[in-house]
Amino acid sequence: MPLDKHQMAKRIARELKDGFYVNLGIGIPTLVANYIPEGIDVELQSENGILGMGPFPYEGEEDADLINAGKQTVTLKPGAVIFDSATSFAMIRSQKVQLTVLGAMEVADNGDIANWKIPGKMVKGMGGAMDLVASAQNIIVVMMHTNKAGESKLLKRCTLPLTGVGCVKKVVSDLGVFDITPEGFVLLEHAPGVSVEEIKAKTEGRLVVASTVKEMVV
Amino acid sequence: MNKVVANADAAVDGIRDGMTLMVGGFGLCGIPENSIAALVRMGVKGLTCISNNAGVDDFGLGLLLQRKQIKKMISSYVGENEEFERQMLSGELEVDLIPQGTLAERCRAGGSGIPAFFTPAGYGTEVALGKETREFHGKMYVMEEWLRSDFSLVKAWKGDTLGNLVYRHTARNFNPMMAMAGGITIAEVEHLVEPGELDPDQIHTPGIFVHRIFQGSGYEKRIEQRTTRKRG
Repeated sequence: MPLDKHQMAKRIARELKDGFYVNLGIGIPTLVANYIPEGIDVELQSENGILGMGPFPYEGEEDADLINAGKQTVTLKPGAVIFDSATSFAMIRSQKVQLTVLGAMEVADNGDIANWKIPGKMVKGMGGAMDLVASAQNIIVVMMHTNKAGESKLLKRCTLPLTGVGCVKKVVSDLGVFDITPEGFVLLEHAPGVSVEEIKAKTEGRLVVASTVKEMVV
Repeated sequence: MNKVVANADAAVDGIRDGMTLMVGGFGLCGIPENSIAALVRMGVKGLTCISNNAGVDDFGLGLLLQRKQIKKMISSYVGENEEFERQMLSGELEVDLIPQGTLAERCRAGGSGIPAFFTPAGYGTEVALGKETREFHGKMYVMEEWLRSDFSLVKAWKGDTLGNLVYRHTARNFNPMMAMAGGITIAEVEHLVEPGELDPDQIHTPGIFVHRIFQGSGYEKRIEQRTTRKRG
């Protein structure tokens, strides 16, 4: 079975390392915060100006002055700090934020990513994504493996306007976990019940199956 | 040095058709609600607005978009506004989308006397088209120019009559840099206080960057995405 969004978030949470400063994008990446493993201490950075972001507030305690980058009401953990947008991106560009998790419309086997624009159809803007992907040491992209028409989103080359070039290192899709290397996508883990053949058939970009490939634990 | 004006209508005096405005806020958080309402009443048109977002259909800068008072938006993310998308796709509205960190830094540069800088954001993408690129220490960067405004409209939590400002939580966002980059900076505050009431060590925007300040009223502070968790 392909992973659901919570299982994808849970799998990504296992990539977190103790002491990391982490920026989680909008959507599935936000769910990663719910699955931070026991004994791992990370600080969440939200690019609208929070370090030390806490969970959603209890009902009735929402504060219009306290939101995350997805405009959702949030809370502050003890020791949290607020700063302006320029300081926030200073942290990001200077690589103080060690891991970025974000979604994508397309990823290519050379590490290119596209996630901000479909010409003539949808233009929401890049928000902080271009700054994040241009600077993060580690970028994990979480995405569905195929689009609604069943076409691969893991491509030889992106067809949509790019967000960043050669920057993605790892992809977690609903079908598997992949590193991006000079040889292309390297399949490390497949979702339970999803065959390597199915993943090969649904991946347009260059795909290498790691000799150590295994079934994902979810 | 008393910079207090009576109200929002007095504060926006002098804003004319075709001017460039910076408008603080992230989403609907920390937006200058009173000043935006005054621009609606004033009916000024052909504006270029520099703001991270474009409001929602019926609030924030969406109110100016509805009345076609904006000619051009310079933003990083405009996803929550259908009227915006309609005007943009039909070509009525000119839109310059730029990376959020670049937007923040361009405002900061404009308010710091730095005409340009190099950033890695957008290298190799259409954002870099027509711009100078250069390699520093083995990595490619894009040259971006400062942004400055005729008027900057910002919102703070507290401010004193000298224009010193303190923001609250994530309502700070773009407000400090936009205050710095304004030809004339208008600050509206929830609490207008006397000099000495703010701790000098805790002021976020020094009053030298602020030209007009007024006590705002009737703040709606609308929440875009009300997310909560259950107790227990």
